[in-house]
Amino acid sequence: MSVLVGTDTRLCVSGITGSEGSFHSLNNRAYGTNVVSGVTPGKGGQDVDGIPVFNTFHAAVEASEANTAMIFVPPPFAADSILEAADAGIGTIIAITEGIPAHEELRVYTQIKRMPGVRLIGPNCPGVLSPGKANVGIIPASFFKEGNVGVMSRSGTLTYQIGNELAQKGFGNSSIVGLGGDPIPGTSFVDVLELFENDDQTELIVMSGEIGGDAEEVAAEYIAEHVTKPVVGYIAGFTAPPGKTMGHAGAIVSGSKGTAAAKAEALEAKGVRVGRTPTQVAEIAIEILGG
Amino acid sequence: MDLLEYQGKQLFARHEIPVPSGIPARTVDEAVAAADQIGYPCVVKAQVKIGGRGKAGGVKVAANADEAREHAEAILGMDIKGFTVHELWIEEASEIEAEYYAAIVFDRSARAALVMLSTQGGMDIEQVSAETPEAIATLHVDPLLGFQPFEARRLAFDAGIDADLIRPIGDFLTRLYETFIAEEAMLVEVNPVIITPERKVRALDSKVTLDENALFRHKENAALRDPSDEDPQEQMARDRGLTYVKLDGDIGILGNGAGLVMSTLDVVAQYGGSPANFLDAGGGSKADAITSAVEVICSNEKVKAVLFNIFGGITRCDEVANGLIEAFASAKPSVPFVVRLDGTNDVEGRKILADANLPGVYTASTMNDAAEKVVALAKGESL
Repeated sequence: MSVLVGTDTRLCVSGITGSEGSFHSLNNRAYGTNVVSGVTPGKGGQDVDGIPVFNTFHAAVEASEANTAMIFVPPPFAADSILEAADAGIGTIIAITEGIPAHEELRVYTQIKRMPGVRLIGPNCPGVLSPGKANVGIIPASFFKEGNVGVMSRSGTLTYQIGNELAQKGFGNSSIVGLGGDPIPGTSFVDVLELFENDDQTELIVMSGEIGGDAEEVAAEYIAEHVTKPVVGYIAGFTAPPGKTMGHAGAIVSGSKGTAAAKAEALEAKGVRVGRTPTQVAEIAIEILGG
Repeated sequence: MDLLEYQGKQLFARHEIPVPSGIPARTVDEAVAAADQIGYPCVVKAQVKIGGRGKAGGVKVAANADEAREHAEAILGMDIKGFTVHELWIEEASEIEAEYYAAIVFDRSARAALVMLSTQGGMDIEQVSAETPEAIATLHVDPLLGFQPFEARRLAFDAGIDADLIRPIGDFLTRLYETFIAEEAMLVEVNPVIITPERKVRALDSKVTLDENALFRHKENAALRDPSDEDPQEQMARDRGLTYVKLDGDIGILGNGAGLVMSTLDVVAQYGGSPANFLDAGGGSKADAITSAVEVICSNEKVKAVLFNIFGGITRCDEVANGLIEAFASAKPSVPFVVRLDGTNDVEGRKILADANLPGVYTASTMNDAAEKVVALAKGESL
């Protein structure tokens, strides 16, 4: 198996008629993802290289039986689009959009959590790739092959770096999940740990964290209690100064909280090995799996 | 984005939070004119985005015009913890019977706004929090329901507010929450909230941080950005749409994607180097972004060597290589570069660089190799 996206994914893309939206929708389709529809208000009835476009998510779901949404619209409209997808009955919503205002993100997060069966991944994330099955988002799929390592990360390009190091050592991936760099991600490390723990294909879990917030610390507690599969960690931002935002809105160290050192320590205290460089993460993976 | 005290108070006033009246001033003459208009006694307050102004001598009471002039002269240009005072706020003096503390913070861990109230205002709230945490009443607000009147009352009772002030303090907190939501703030803090001898509640100070991502729909707030606040290189980078943070070291860093750049800084530090900056050229770095990035990095005179660490996803390595060639033609950097290209179109990118044979440009095959090389170059060693 794999997690979140796979062969049963039926994808509907919000913002499919935009330049980025159409480019990546077609890329995802070329990879083998079943892209069944798109939504752009006012452009219903058109198509993007054969993919039908609808005015609303409700119409798209009714006509195309979409079960997964990718959100590619600009920040002022993204929160609304996520809520529309959820209201239309879509279960897995993957939001690529970067720069959604924090208060809106918080309201959307709260609402989605109250809707059973609906999961939001992102916003501000590169998407989810299950090699050999489906790619939803902007992860460059050609660098990854099918395998037994599950990867989850708060950063896009760092995911590629770590995934590539693993690939060079001969490892493939069950799924690669981009959680996103925002302060309130819809899906956290803990949520994906649960999915990977229950996924037959996944034998090792790699989590790539970064400074800011307490998601890594919470994950460390969860791993100790609930995860039987080996987990290898990585934390970016050891050299980041406090009070400065390092690109991601979520990557900010305030006071003594959220530092890379504190996160690495929290993970190691629970028996999770933490690589100090992406290369070291791959080396630890080999030791564990016997590469 | 952080606001100055008076900007925060003007925001409060728009939401009917009672604040003392005042006038901003940028020169001594403006300050004296403002003081004359407000009347005496009045308070001359340094406007800097850092706490501890009072202790540093940045807040003084003036009994007459001579004192107002004297204080304005002393405070303008003063250095408070590394922040130079460019602006003053001349405010009517307040009579104070009690000092409370109130704040609302965007609590990302709890995924809700956190409202805080304490009767121990006027002092360092972090100290209060460390020594007597029970002195601060706290409550998380449901993001979809909003702050309810019963919650305001509960907080006020929990904090030990006098009975006659439960309702006025509740109103104050409700308006503060309205401000927090309407202006899309990450923090609104009032220390102290004062109680006057007439038992009126007023905000005597303000600390407001706004969400940068929401400024597009708050034009009035966006206009409060002060370019003189920013480091010249950070400003230059912002103008060109790059994410740049200046650091103390001598190795310039460029990468694509925030996480990868953070990781690059760490790896350079592990090889004994000291990064001069964080620069994220973005997910889809095009040639002109690379040219701008080289100019921004090299405008920092401390930079002795530069590391390009690119893992192409949306970013194409051939575009990065072409951008670098253009940058060398226009900016003519005088320091050595180490370039590591991996990912989309990496073979093409490496070939373009090899063919161009740029002076002082070295290539590296891995991130670790690149870090090792750039650290050696920054130390003046040859490769």
